[in-house]
Amino acid sequence: MFRFIVRRLLVTIPTILVVISITWVLIKLAPGNFYSGEKRLPASIEKSIREKYGLDKPWYQQYGKTMWPIISRLDFGTSLRYEGQSVNTIIKRSLPVSAGVGILAYLLALIVGITVGSIAALKQNSRWDYGSMALAMLGISVPNFVLGPILVLIFSLGLYWLPPSRWAGFPSRNLILPVVTLSAIYMAYIARLTRAGMLEVLRSDYIRTARAKGLSERDVLIRHGLRGGLMPVISYTGPALAFLLTGTVVVERIFALPGLGNYFIQASLNRDEPLIIGIVAFIAITLLLMNLLVDIAYAYLDPRVRYN
Amino acid sequence: MATEKKPEPDELIHIGPEMAVAEADVRPEEAGAFVQGTSLWRDAWRRLLKNKLAVFGLVVVVIVTIAAIVGPTLIKRIFGFTPDYIPSHDPQLTQSFPPFTGPNGEFSWAHPMGTDNAGRDQLARILQGGQISLFVGVLSTLVSLLIGVSYGAIAGYVGGRVDNVMMRIVDVLYSLPYVIIVIVLLSMFRSQTPRGQLILLFIAIGSVSWLTMARIVRGQVLSLKNQEFVLAARATGVSNARIIFRHLVPNTLGPVIVYATLTIPQIMLTEAFLSFLGFGVQAPLASWGSLAADGIQNIAIFPWQLIFPGVTMALTLFSLNFLGDGLRDALDPQMRTI
Amino acid sequence: MTSPDGNLLEVKNLRTYFETDDGIVKAVDDISFQLKRGETLGIVGESGSGKSVTNLSIIRLVPNPPGKIVSGQVLFNGTDLLHLSTDAIRKIRGRRIAMIFQDPMTSLNPFMKISKQLMEMTELHLGHTREQARAHAIHMLETVGIPDAHTRAGSYPHEFSGGMRQRVMIAMALSCEPELLIADEPTTALDVTIQAQILELIKKLKRKTGTSVILITHDLGVVAGMTDHVIVMYAGKIFEQARTTELFSLPGNPYTKGLLRSVPDPTAEQGKLYQIPGLPPDVAHLKPGCPFAQRCDYTQDICRREFPPFVQLNADHYSLCHFAREVYSESGGTPV
Repeated sequence: MFRFIVRRLLVTIPTILVVISITWVLIKLAPGNFYSGEKRLPASIEKSIREKYGLDKPWYQQYGKTMWPIISRLDFGTSLRYEGQSVNTIIKRSLPVSAGVGILAYLLALIVGITVGSIAALKQNSRWDYGSMALAMLGISVPNFVLGPILVLIFSLGLYWLPPSRWAGFPSRNLILPVVTLSAIYMAYIARLTRAGMLEVLRSDYIRTARAKGLSERDVLIRHGLRGGLMPVISYTGPALAFLLTGTVVVERIFALPGLGNYFIQASLNRDEPLIIGIVAFIAITLLLMNLLVDIAYAYLDPRVRYN
Repeated sequence: MATEKKPEPDELIHIGPEMAVAEADVRPEEAGAFVQGTSLWRDAWRRLLKNKLAVFGLVVVVIVTIAAIVGPTLIKRIFGFTPDYIPSHDPQLTQSFPPFTGPNGEFSWAHPMGTDNAGRDQLARILQGGQISLFVGVLSTLVSLLIGVSYGAIAGYVGGRVDNVMMRIVDVLYSLPYVIIVIVLLSMFRSQTPRGQLILLFIAIGSVSWLTMARIVRGQVLSLKNQEFVLAARATGVSNARIIFRHLVPNTLGPVIVYATLTIPQIMLTEAFLSFLGFGVQAPLASWGSLAADGIQNIAIFPWQLIFPGVTMALTLFSLNFLGDGLRDALDPQMRTI
Repeated sequence: MTSPDGNLLEVKNLRTYFETDDGIVKAVDDISFQLKRGETLGIVGESGSGKSVTNLSIIRLVPNPPGKIVSGQVLFNGTDLLHLSTDAIRKIRGRRIAMIFQDPMTSLNPFMKISKQLMEMTELHLGHTREQARAHAIHMLETVGIPDAHTRAGSYPHEFSGGMRQRVMIAMALSCEPELLIADEPTTALDVTIQAQILELIKKLKRKTGTSVILITHDLGVVAGMTDHVIVMYAGKIFEQARTTELFSLPGNPYTKGLLRSVPDPTAEQGKLYQIPGLPPDVAHLKPGCPFAQRCDYTQDICRREFPPFVQLNADHYSLCHFAREVYSESGGTPV
């Protein structure tokens, strides 16, 4: 197990460097630049800007200048657009927002999804089953940028129950709509996965044995069924996190939350190179680490899986 | 294919712990009636038709597709609106009307979905948006299909170290924030022409989605490649490439079709939110995503600007998902993983 | 506690049907038999004969939907199991009637240590504490011949071989010293040498604890060495039932004769292996008459028209056939 972790980490580091490099290359290759808007600047001004930011140096020097601080001290430099603010500071500031919303959303999705899915599996083909699965299908099909505003329409502008947007720290009622909007699609997926996983397990021989032992249905389900039935949900966590990221981006835009996603989009629009690279690197590291955690959890939970 | 007809798993009626009566095994003479042989596809089609939700999905998808293709032209003929049609510079008409309403608040058939801020007919715009969204969806799926199927088939067939390496690459790619990089790509290379942007868009999206397809195809190929018909082909000297593409790939068609049908809505969703964020389709072209982005601006006052594109999109995706589910159940009920 | 005539188990007119898309499948159609305390009953039949469903019906484990026990009685020590409440039947399952299944690989929970799976039984039914349950579990494992039981108890099912797993299943089943053990094809999934071991184990345990056993199998060889009585099932019905020795030496039913002929005899001369021609019928669409008519060597017109009678050939010997007496005589028996 230990060797497995070490090997994964060893693969992770070059991967992240590759990701950063690709991003850097894309930004450098792109036509245009970050300092001009619609108008062309006078040549002298342009020259001094380029000197200031080292844009006149050969590409390998620029590459080194960007990469070295990252590799040696995880220093991603200063934002080109937000005067004087270091990228690391910006990330530190916006991370709690995104993480908070994201974690809450996923927890909500897990709780609701697993419960609904389990009940649907138990009462297979009942009205509850069909109803909840149809609802789940809806959850998968309605884009979050449609769901969000509609929720706002109903709950904020229509019923005045909840504030429409803007960040107001933890915990606040402002969180409810963004979290629910973000959570919806995952709730749906997890409900379906749980149902499928549970159905599969409930059909299996060892459940029949458990029943033949005289266990109550509740014990059969919880003690014997859940473990195997939830496996698909656990392996889904990996890809789910990746999607969660992109979902966060949209939700932060809609609800004007000062999170990583929002900064990322702004940075992309502004061509703020250090910030873009910083956020991309951060996201990549997080994803790879989380995937590693999920794999470890999976191996821990399923004794049949043994990594060498 | 296989030299004798084994009862396919779906031909066995499982009715309890160990009772599996093979329908195909009843001898025709004794059954007293001629037992019609059915191919896998016909069986699947029959099963699909029995699934009402899937049929519903199929019908809606067909309707929406047809509407998207011929709609804008029809509307142009009948009403004279194009999606860009701005009726005039008359301030009275250059505003957002609610559905079925005319300039003076009276009932009117002209704009069943209302108009946008510039007075353009929403229905026409939504249908044109549908063209783009569906176009991107289907084409990107094809791109990802091509890449994924080839990659997966080769990996599965060659096996061994090559397969290992190829799948490790897939694993690593899978855990990357691909979409983030795509956003960077799209924002950096904003094409001057809307057409160019479109092509960029569907290459970018297509290259994100091939991973799972590759995995699925590889799995299928792995289980197929040891069957007799492959050995037979090899023994008669058929080249490897031919074996892969002429023999193995067609046999993976089932799961491929299912997954492709489920990929289209995923891709449409991706395109939609990319356009929503401003990185996808550019004006004057519209997709459902960009229409939603426009619509959000005025959600408080003119909610129909968001609701109609949103609901249309949701309905289409809903139907595609049901169709995909139904296909999966029809082709192989064992395949259900989600 | 036995009913007046000494029967531990009495199944009367049991009918279990399955509702499928294709029609109603009469998996078990009017089955009746008895099992005396301390005896071993063998139920023999091909796939689809209804033998497994019969036993699932006894402890009411028939998957529902689509299966349903339509009518009949299952008297266990005089109490009709089919009419007990769900709570009551759960108390009987595992405690007084235990069941082991065909494939030990899939029948044990792969995610749970086997110690826990065994302890569950006694904690539930006998009220053991953790320590008591654990000690008992280890004892059971030793009894069934698991070497180094103390350490092995903490293993997972996949860490055992097939034969070992089946021993674990047996240990689990006998943990609460049930009065009846139902073994559903316990050796079919195992190697031949292991088969013999497992069967010996069951015999030994039976002698030790006095448990009655119902042994289900498609293999006549298994039945010969293990059982006192045999029931032969086909298409959901009992085709013949007799004492084992009598069935083998004086079969009274064409189907049984066919089965006996199919057992390869290593001492016979070279020749084609015998196989009953044809295949089992589609139980969802049975035609009138005898279900075995198409494949039977003795078929006559009446077999295709009328359902055969259940003929008594002897004190303990019954056969479902229009020509039961003739077949029996042919084998060398004298019908009463």
